[in-house]
Amino acid sequence: MHNFEFVKPSTVADAVAVLANAEAQPFAGGQTLIPSMKARLNAPEILVSLTGIAEMNGVRRDGGALVVGATTTHAAVARDAASHFPALAALAGQIGDPAVRTRGTLGGSLANNDPSACYPAAVLGTGATIVTNAREIAADDYFQGMFTTALDEGEIITSVRFPIPEKAAYAKFLQPASRFALTGVFVAKYASGVRVAVTGASEGGVFRWAEAEAALSSGFDADSIGRLSHPSDGMIADLHGTAEYRAHLVRVMTQRAVRAAH
Amino acid sequence: MTKVNMTVNGRAVSAEAEGRTLLSSYLREGLGLTGTHVGCDTSQCGACVVLVDGQPVKSCTAFAADLEGAEVTTVEGMANPDGSLGVIQQAFQDYHGLQCGFCTPGMVMSTAALLAENPKPSEEEVRHYLEGNLCRCTGYQNIVRAVMAASGQDAGALAAE
Ligand SMILES: Cc1cc2nc3c(=O)[nH]c(=O)nc-3n(C[C@H](O)[C@H](O)[C@H](O)COP(=O)(O)OP(=O)(O)OC[C@H]3O[C@@H](n4cnc5c(N)ncnc54)[C@H](O)[C@@H]3O)c2cc1C
Ligand code: FES
Ligand code: FES
Repeated sequence: MHNFEFVKPSTVADAVAVLANAEAQPFAGGQTLIPSMKARLNAPEILVSLTGIAEMNGVRRDGGALVVGATTTHAAVARDAASHFPALAALAGQIGDPAVRTRGTLGGSLANNDPSACYPAAVLGTGATIVTNAREIAADDYFQGMFTTALDEGEIITSVRFPIPEKAAYAKFLQPASRFALTGVFVAKYASGVRVAVTGASEGGVFRWAEAEAALSSGFDADSIGRLSHPSDGMIADLHGTAEYRAHLVRVMTQRAVRAAH
Repeated sequence: MTKVNMTVNGRAVSAEAEGRTLLSSYLREGLGLTGTHVGCDTSQCGACVVLVDGQPVKSCTAFAADLEGAEVTTVEGMANPDGSLGVIQQAFQDYHGLQCGFCTPGMVMSTAALLAENPKPSEEEVRHYLEGNLCRCTGYQNIVRAVMAASGQDAGALAAE
């Protein structure tokens, strides 16, 4: 790994000031960035740790929303979101393994936008708002394809505001070697309708399944989507599963999520 | 290079670290605590797990400089003060929870984290918690047995047999 200067500011303003340098990169749990720096896929000259910034950490209830700070670890979400938004806590508790959950963070996962990551499904599936140092971004505008997001250079996620659903669940079909989702579906029911977001399946990254949303909005019942099938065009195909297999899993995991929703 | 200070196994320590110095290198090369093993060095195997402020962390996937002031426990800290094996270590020996022993430091530390949070885990909970700790030798049965024994439970019958 190339060497770098490590800085740990205590305010968002100080972090953003250092990140104005094009050679600087944000750093949170390091569970994605350290392996990629070892592989020299990333070689920042300055690494700006965000974990010393108190205002970016923690879970807070705000009326009908749950606000999760970007540096809140998966383990902390699994523990602290449980009484407010159990489906989100359960999702966080299934990420990787206990050691990954000790360090990995919500903001790091969303900035990375791995096509098989779990959090993007919850963020898109709830229509959450991504709050950065500069603006607020709707989930529908945020995810722009595999490893691509609406974030600008030097922009950092500070928190995410999740509207708490009436009922929700995340159903993850585990890819046991990587521990990511082979296909995962987050379903959330609101008074205004149902949202369904799918991760792990598409070459375009996380996406909403409109047909299932329409069917579930008129009847929140796993049988109401029993006849739907998702096309396999653009689905990921690798040694773990063909495009057709993943397309099939999209429906199966959506049904499992609907049955599990509470 | 700057000095990074931590408390390791209850002792205040200080060693030089660059930005890129991993916690695993800080412990092994900086402090000579070679009980922590580096297996994959890619965040996959869990051989390098230590406790940081009581929580399990892959020491190959954390920078020492990020952990200034942290309390770290390594496998060396699991022995009794007189140097004899601690409860978890003794159970791994008694139940043959190791063969080559390479994964064992991480297994012992993950077990310590599990039992701190859940003192009487079920077999299923043990297997689930140790998912990030890979062993190429034992087939896991005896590891699970050792963890059950270390938690003071019956290690005799496991469901998968
Ligand atoms: C063995 C293993 C298993 C895993 N399993 C899963 C899984 O099942 N599901 C899953 O979803 N993930 C999984 N992950 C990934 C894990 O969740 C990571 O923690 C996460 O993807 C990255 O978060 P981080 O805090 O570690 O970010 P880092 O690695 O520190 O950073 C990742 C990227 O995000 C940027 N960044 C970090 N924070 C911010 C911010 N606030 N604003 C802007 N940019 C930022 C960094 O510059 C970097 O580019 C796994 C990882 C490992 C090693
Ligand atoms: S050596 Fe750290 S996870 Fe394998
Ligand atoms: S005992 Fe050899 S890897 Fe576990």
